[in-house]
Amino acid sequence: MKEFIKKIGIIKNRNGKEDDIKKEILRDNIVIRVFRANRTKGDSASYDSFEVPVQRWTTVLDALLYAKSYHDSSIGIRYSCRMASCGSCGMKINGIPRLACYTKISELEGSTITCEPLANFPHIRDLVTDFSQFFDHHKKMQPYIHNENSDMTDKKGLIEFKQSLEDVDKYLQFSYCIKCGLCYSACPTVATDTKFPGPQALSQAYRYYADTRDNDTKERLNIVDEKHGIWRCHFAGSCSAVCPKGVDPALGIQLLRGHLMGFSKNEKKIAKLYNQREK
Amino acid sequence: MMKTRNVILHESQIMKIHYITAIAALFVVAVHILMRLIMPYDMSLQYENVVVNYRNIPYALLLESILVLIAIHGFNGLRIILLELRQNKTWENGITIFTITAMIAIIAYGTRTIIMTNQLGLE
Repeated sequence: MKEFIKKIGIIKNRNGKEDDIKKEILRDNIVIRVFRANRTKGDSASYDSFEVPVQRWTTVLDALLYAKSYHDSSIGIRYSCRMASCGSCGMKINGIPRLACYTKISELEGSTITCEPLANFPHIRDLVTDFSQFFDHHKKMQPYIHNENSDMTDKKGLIEFKQSLEDVDKYLQFSYCIKCGLCYSACPTVATDTKFPGPQALSQAYRYYADTRDNDTKERLNIVDEKHGIWRCHFAGSCSAVCPKGVDPALGIQLLRGHLMGFSKNEKKIAKLYNQREK
Repeated sequence: MMKTRNVILHESQIMKIHYITAIAALFVVAVHILMRLIMPYDMSLQYENVVVNYRNIPYALLLESILVLIAIHGFNGLRIILLELRQNKTWENGITIFTITAMIAIIAYGTRTIIMTNQLGLE
């Protein structure tokens, strides 16, 4: 197997010295180890290995689909958009939760790449996991705007909710979440406490809490302020480290905690009082 | 509309108490340790000197505050650790009752020791 490492960039540290060399590993082919088990039939787990030819741009999803097309069509895998938009192809690649379509083979070390189902999710078959519990936590956060002026049945009474760029900035990064479940899989608290909503749901709670169009602030805080709620986060930060969309759920959780503790100022309340004074 | 829960204390209020007791305990324990330095360390731990400390009202109050702060902080910490082990109502209620009872028992026993050594109203 041919393998050579090509330097594609140099990262300089704060002192201007060369800190680390970003590299890509170019190979002709790799061995992909796929986790195999059908839980509905009560199968025990095993790994199947497939040799797959790779190009510089081949992603792990491409490699898996090659193995599925030319080696074993029974490999169970969930995927859709192939461009990191749908969040379907989340899996553990070499032990780290990643999107298969967003991970190039050339950025992974070693000649064997191991693909396993996401941790902290009930396993269904091969690389497919059950997202019901994850989505239940997401739904519990009521991920939609609560505003009495947004009654869609009263079309004449509908008004436009204006926001400044500063208002949007407060929650924008959290709205980039694609619900891929990588943060939930990486969370050490979810691994022990199944009632813990997880980083995704909590960051969405902050996303709607910080939205100036939403005016159900107190109730939103009540949802997360419970025994297995936001306070059980250990702030490991692994959720933010694995997010493929650059969302920082750990930050959202800490900001929401600040509001619950009363450390952070309630900007929505200030804006409301300001508007009342203007009227 | 969302349902409002009837709880004595919200988790955020409990956590506020948890953090405040931690900061306050740091301060009082620091004072307690620094008091060992007013004389040679081994001498400060001799029976007579320890009893004198207990009989000094401000110092007895300091010891009582250490006891209360650390008991509240420690038993709430234990409750949090135990909460993550299992997720069912019986377990949650059980550990809440257990930690509150243990906390009250420890504070009561410690307070009794401080009062008896201090000989408040017993002389």
